[in-house]
Formats: sequence, C-alpha cells, structure tokens
Amino acid sequence: MPTNLIGTMATQLKETDESGREILDSVVIRFAGDSGDGMQLTGTQFTQSTALMGNDLSTFPDFPAEIRAPVGTTYGVSAFQINFASHAIKTPGDAPDVLVAMNPAALKVHLKDLVPGGTLIINLGAFNDHNIEKAGYTANPLEDGTLDSYRLLEIDISKLTLAAVEGIDVTQKEALRAKNLWTLGLMCWMYDRDRQPTIDWLNQRFGKLPHIAEANIAALNAGHAFGETAELPSEVSTYVVPKAKVEPGIYRAVTGVETTCWGLLTGAQKAGLNIFFGSYPITPASPLLHSLSNLKQYGVVTFQAEDEISAVCSALGASYAGSLGVTSSSGPGVALKSEALGLAVVTELPLIVVNFQRAGPSTGMPTKTEQSDLYQSVFGRNGDTPMPVIAASTASDCYDCAIEAVRLATKYMTPVMFLNEGFLANAAEPWKLPDTDDVEPFPVEFASETEGFHPYLRDEKTLGRNWAIPGTEGLEHRIGGIEKDYDSGNISYDSDNHHKMTKVRDQKVLNIADDIPEQDVVSGNKSGKMAVVGWGSTYGAIEQATLRCQEDGLDVSHIHIRYIWPLARNLGELLKGFDKILVPEMNNGQLVTLLRSEYLVPAESLAQITGQPFKVADLEREIRTRLED
Amino acid sequence: MNVQSPPEALKPNDYASDQEVRWCPGCGDYAIVKAVQRSLANMGADPKNTVFVSGIGCAARFPYYMATYGFHTIHGRAPAVASGVKLANPDLDVWVIGGDGDMLSIGGNHTLHVLRRNIDVQVLLFNNEIYGLTKGQYSPTSKVGTRSPSTPAGSVDSPVSACVYALGCNARFVARSVDTNQKVLPGLLQEAKENKGASFVEILQNCIVYNDGVYSSFTDKANAADGQILCEHGKPLLFGKENEKGLRMTAGKMELEVVTIGENGVTEDDILIHDETNRPLALMLAGMQPPNFPVAMGVIFRDPGPSYDEAVYDQIAEVNEKSPAIPINELMHKGKTWTVV
Repeated sequence: MPTNLIGTMATQLKETDESGREILDSVVIRFAGDSGDGMQLTGTQFTQSTALMGNDLSTFPDFPAEIRAPVGTTYGVSAFQINFASHAIKTPGDAPDVLVAMNPAALKVHLKDLVPGGTLIINLGAFNDHNIEKAGYTANPLEDGTLDSYRLLEIDISKLTLAAVEGIDVTQKEALRAKNLWTLGLMCWMYDRDRQPTIDWLNQRFGKLPHIAEANIAALNAGHAFGETAELPSEVSTYVVPKAKVEPGIYRAVTGVETTCWGLLTGAQKAGLNIFFGSYPITPASPLLHSLSNLKQYGVVTFQAEDEISAVCSALGASYAGSLGVTSSSGPGVALKSEALGLAVVTELPLIVVNFQRAGPSTGMPTKTEQSDLYQSVFGRNGDTPMPVIAASTASDCYDCAIEAVRLATKYMTPVMFLNEGFLANAAEPWKLPDTDDVEPFPVEFASETEGFHPYLRDEKTLGRNWAIPGTEGLEHRIGGIEKDYDSGNISYDSDNHHKMTKVRDQKVLNIADDIPEQDVVSGNKSGKMAVVGWGSTYGAIEQATLRCQEDGLDVSHIHIRYIWPLARNLGELLKGFDKILVPEMNNGQLVTLLRSEYLVPAESLAQITGQPFKVADLEREIRTRLED
Repeated sequence: MNVQSPPEALKPNDYASDQEVRWCPGCGDYAIVKAVQRSLANMGADPKNTVFVSGIGCAARFPYYMATYGFHTIHGRAPAVASGVKLANPDLDVWVIGGDGDMLSIGGNHTLHVLRRNIDVQVLLFNNEIYGLTKGQYSPTSKVGTRSPSTPAGSVDSPVSACVYALGCNARFVARSVDTNQKVLPGLLQEAKENKGASFVEILQNCIVYNDGVYSSFTDKANAADGQILCEHGKPLLFGKENEKGLRMTAGKMELEVVTIGENGVTEDDILIHDETNRPLALMLAGMQPPNFPVAMGVIFRDPGPSYDEAVYDQIAEVNEKSPAIPINELMHKGKTWTVV
C-alpha cells in the first residue's frame, strides 16, 4: 500500500497554521525503549510541556517490574503513551499515531499497535545484529519490508547524541544516556512543544552535577535543531495541536498519587485530624508513601512499617489514639491486612485503606493495571465484616474520593476501602485545581461526656459509635476483637447479642447509602436497550465508546459506579429500566456478580484481564455486537 | 495533651477494672496484674494517659482487668498497634502485653521492630513456655523434648531465649523477673517505665494447667537463692543463700563461670561487677541456663538512646521550622500550572 493513502493522519484534511504546521485535532505518541533508556522520563517531560501548552491529555506509562531488565530484551521494554488533543479526551488512546522505538526490542513489542501509515521513528544506532537477534527478529526489520506501510524515519540517535555533547566533560556512557533527551528534542520540534520546562527541570534535577545537566540540555537542543535543519522525508511534517477548550481555571498535570495525597490531606484537615500513615513499600502504591513523607509540616506522621500487617495495625492504633489512621498497599498487601481490617470493623474505628490495584492473583504482574480486588474489598474478610468501598475513576477523581473516604470513615466510625488502580496512580492528566474552601468541613467530635458513657454508644441516625480517645478523663475503656455487649461495650459471648451486633454493624454501613448521591447515568437515557456499567479507571474508555454508539443513534447508556459498597439506593431500580446490562471490567467479572446477586438482574460480563486498559474501539465493537444479540 | 497527676494518690486497686478476671485459679498472671497495679500506684500513673495494648492469648486478656485505656488486638500484632498509639500521641504511657507465642512466634517480627526502633513503650512478655489458650501445645520457648498435644513424642526444635532475642534486636532495656516475685517485679516495671525508649521485660510465668512447675527448679523457695542471680548495676554478681557464689570470667576465655568465694582461692574481688551498659556481658547473662548457671533476673541491660517517637516529632518540628505549612490550596498550586481563561 502506498504510504500516503492510508493512516488516520494522512486522511485528515491538511489544515495548516500560519507557520505552515499541520493542525491536528489529536495525536497519540508512544515512546518505547529499553527500561534503562529513560522512556518514562521522556514521556513525563513531554507530558509536562503538553500540559503547559493547554492541551487536554491522558497518559499511560507501561513498564516492566524489573528495574533494569537485561538490555535489549523484549521483556525489558518500557513504554510511555500520551494522547493529547484540542478537545476533551478521556483515555490515553487506543493506538499510537507515532511510535518512537529506541531499539529493536521496542519495535518488536510495540509495532503491532501502531496505526497503519503511522509515523515510526527508529534509533538506527541500536539496530545492530546483536540487538536485532536479541529482540527475536530473524531478519533486520529495517530491510525486509516489514515497515513499508509506515512513515519511517531512521535516525542514528546514538551517534547524533554523542556528537551533540562533544566537548562536555561526560563519559561516553553518560553521553549515550542523553539520547532520550535528544529524542524528546526532536518530538518537541515536531509537535511544537516548549523545551524550557524540561531545561528548567534538568537544571534542578542535576543541580549538583552541572556537566550532566549540560549534556542533557545539549542533546535536547540538538534533537530540536536536527528537526529544523535536517532534510527529512517529505511526508514527515510538523504539527500543531491547538489548545483544548476547557473550563476556565488554573490547571496542572497530576497523577492519581498526587491527588490521593492531597485529598487525604484535605480530608484530614476538614475532619480536624492529623494523618498517621502506616505503609510498607509495594508496587504500585509506594509513591503515596513518598508523597506523604514530604508533608511533615502538616503534622503527617509517616511510618514505614516492617510489614503490611504492622502498617495497618499501627494505623489502627493511631486511630484509636485519635489520629486519622491511613494505610495503603496493593492487592497482596491488602490480603495481609485483612485480619486487622476485621479488627477495625469490630472495634469500629475510622481507617482509610488505599488499594492501588495491580494484576493478580498473588504477585501477578506488579506493574500492570487491573481492577480485580473488588471481591477482596467487599467480601475478603473472615466473619460478617462489612466495609464501605469507593473507587476512583480518574486521577482527578482520586482527590474527591480520598476526601469522601475520610468523611465516611470518621462519620460512620468504620474502615473504608478506597480502590485506586495502578493505572490511575501513574497516569497523568490535566487537573483544574480545586479550592479546598468548596469542601464542607466535617469536624470530628471526640467523646468527652462521662455521664452514661460506654465505648459502643451510637449515634441514632448513623449508628456510628462514639470515639473516646486515650487522654480523656473519665472515659477509660477497653476495646478489642472479642464481641462486645451492645449496651455496655464489655466482652460478651451472648448469642442474641452477637446476632444484634452483626446486624448493627451491617446496618451502619448500609446507612451510608442515605448519605451518598443517587446513581445517575453519565450519558444516554435513564432507561432503554442497554446500560454499560463500569467502575474505576474504565470510566473514560466506556464513556467514549458509548458516546460513539449514541452518535450513531444506538440506545446505549453509561452508568459509572463510584460507591461499590454500599451501592446507591436507586441503582437496582435504574438497572431494571434497561433490557441489557453490560459490565466491562479489567477482571474476570466481579462487579457483575455483585450486581446480579444484589438485584437479580441479567447483567453480562465483559472481561479483559490483560493488564492493559480497555481500548475504546474494542468496547464499541462489543457494545454493538451485544446490542444485536 | 498534658500529663497531669491525679488529685489524690491512687491505690493499686484503683487501677483494677470492674471486670471479672477469667484466668485459671492459680495462674501466674494474677501475680503479674497485681504487680503492675502496684507499680502504677507507686508511680502515681494517671489512668487516663495509660494504655495497655495486647495481642491474643491468656496474657493478652490483661487490658480488660485494668481501669485504664486498653486495646485487645489480634494475635502477635500488639507491638505494631502500640507503635501507632504512641506515635499518634507521645504523651501516652503505653504498655504492650503478650505471651511467648504472641510475641516470639506469630508476632516475633513486630517484637523485633518495636525494640530496634526504640519506641517509648514497655513490652511485657509473659513467658510460660507453652500455648495456654489453645490448650497446651509447645511454644517457641519450650525446651527440647516438651511433650504436648502437638508434640506427643517430645518437641525436637530448639527454643529461643526471650532476653537474648531482645538483646539481638538491639533493645536498650532488657530485664527479667519471676511472676510471683513481688519484691523485684514492681520495681522493675517502674524502671522499665522510667526508661525512655522500648523497655523489654520478660516475666517468667507459671501456667498451672499446661506447664505447671516449668520453672520450679529455680523458683521454688528452696531453689531460688541458688537458682537465680539478681543483676544490679555496679554491684558484684553474687548469689546463693549466703551470697557465697558468684560469676566471673574464665581466664583466657570469653565465658562465664560460677565460683564459690573461699574455694580455690576465690575472693570477692574476683567476682564480676555487673555493667548494665555492656551488651556482650548482657548476652552472656541473659543466656545462662539452669542447672549449671543461675537464671539472671533484674535489669540485665540498660543503655538508653534516642527514642523513635521523639525523633519523629523532632523531625516534624524541624521541617515545620524550615518550611512551615502553607494552605493546601497554595501547596497544590506549587509547581508548573497554567491558566485557562
């Protein structure tokens, strides 16, 4: 096929701006290279510049669990995808329009995703026989016609980088490390991105190693200059993606970790509590520990515990003593915490558990995303142990969910599971900065009245128990994991009392349904042929897919569930208004089971368990197929 | 929160809760709870600022019997919960209670870390060398050959010494007493409390049902003087009915030996002086086993150092000094932002 007749970009009307740059509505770029090639850094810096340009954007970092996998191997390939546009976007994009492959292994792994006719930028310097063979190619893909249907740009980035840093006092190894910056420079030229934020960042990052900063900046500028001066093939042009029209306000690029961190801080402030954060390092949750550790001046105590159990137990101890106990982990770590979560449920103490879900079971695929801990969150403890569960849909939503988790935990005196996802933790998006003053305060009132006090005195409406903290005169009391008497809080093995206490704990959590918004549709009609029901990070992909179907006149609605437990009061009624219910999840069908058992509705599962986010096109196709069934 | 002395001096009984004690009659735990209550009264401890945190096991029922704050947690995890309590409010006086199974088996890891971090809590390990609440299985401190429901032909694995373990964990206060020794135990608890940092106290406790008499070879009245040695800093390590026996270093070897004053030319000058700041010596004393050696009691090791909780709050104060908290709105605006109009 002739290259100039295929591909999404080629078929777009070539509108240009005054400088002759082709105007694009949106573009998806994927940087791929060896895990030591600095692809995540390249992607992050490109994202920062893109955000500052005013585009809407969504990113998807995809990297191996190994810190430095053997060089040149396919399993050591690290990639970073960014989708940016002049309109609102919801996903990091199905398939890249541009693939930057820093070595043969990166090409091998990612070429299959590149759109037909897409732009392929190859670092020729890495395509030696050894690397080609290591990537599993039997012939050089640059020579055997494999790449004929793409706009191929072969550049010896390694060599050009070495030339760019000549005269700067760096070793050859250090010089070669700058080739990601050279590549970034070229992409900044191609897409009209400002290099200054990256230069500022490099100067800050390598403040104590000015020669390294200098070499990186030289490489960045050289890549940019190469674009300006080199005789590039005619089909390679320069582009501009105009600013997105978004709500006025001050924006910044954020990841889910940052928003979770600030949400917890805001929530704690609204509750009038100090945060105690007990955590044990685990992928992909550790960045939250790092972020909170930098907030000591807010009275945040972070405790890197000896294990997951100590992490949750110390947080629970802190809650007992009057702090906001918070712990975080990923699935396997949450499994270890589950006995202590039972203790939190039975002692009715506030506690936030942030679960950055990853592909399981067991160790699974630590750096790959999944949403397969819903069962664990809702059901995964011994005994009848109900716990509220909320799930964030986007990096921005993590902020609101974190605040909501604090509100519910303190108001209802209960541990709350905040389901986050590896994808949300790492992915970046523009965020309109909120005003903390818009969040209604929910100050905690510790018990102080000695008259008639016992530790399980309950609020009549919420059924939350009173919170008496050590240090309070006259309220000395003992709590623990043994069942307690409803009327005195003393140990009780009475059978009727246990029945009553179990029901009360259950009802207390169910009461939250009166305190959360009713379930609405995100888009589409409130009843009809099909509801596509999702939760968590699939929000964007499902919304985009259903919107496309709606544009074609199909009767499809999108329902997004944030409150996994308890479910919204009206959800059952809403679901019953649809002929079909399709539940796409990045697991083997967990929410779908919950909905079927709760409402006896014929919900169908659409399971994808690949460690990768849904593609909009796949969802759209599946929706259309199932509508016709 | 300020620690204030209660207006009237409380008596030991004032620290007892109204809950009926449910240990077996004759259990060593009764003596321990009495000693703790007496010790708290002696110190004038304020019940509202006193917290007992326990794990699971017979010993772990302890908090229910105290008229203070108490948290009966889950098996093995009391040191972890207590760490959170203390870090959330360093003004609280936090006591950790557990047995040998709780603190050296399922929770051995947490015991290690609360001690090495030197969090300012008192860790009381009730060691009865058996699992009581689960009906008599052998424990990690049971001697080789212990017959129990799970080891009918006798246990084959080596036990751990609680105090040697604590010393290996870098504990800065390690002490030992017998449950019924009301002369030594309350004072020891007071010293544990006064030590800033993690204080580890092993209390040898007799389980009357499943392991009765396990310590009688050195705790029975007739055997105690020859079977135990009370370690006191700066004093010679003497024991025996007439204080006629003592410990000294064997010439040319890194080991202790028991000698009798007046025999083989031994004088009191030959006897080792206890130096509670000497960890290698403490390891040797803590490791002494009957019948060849007396069992070491008292403060075996004490070398105070900065406590973790203090260091954490010092760091918070330091950061606050250098870069005080700004409103969260401003915090979120720090870094690269852009404005859409």
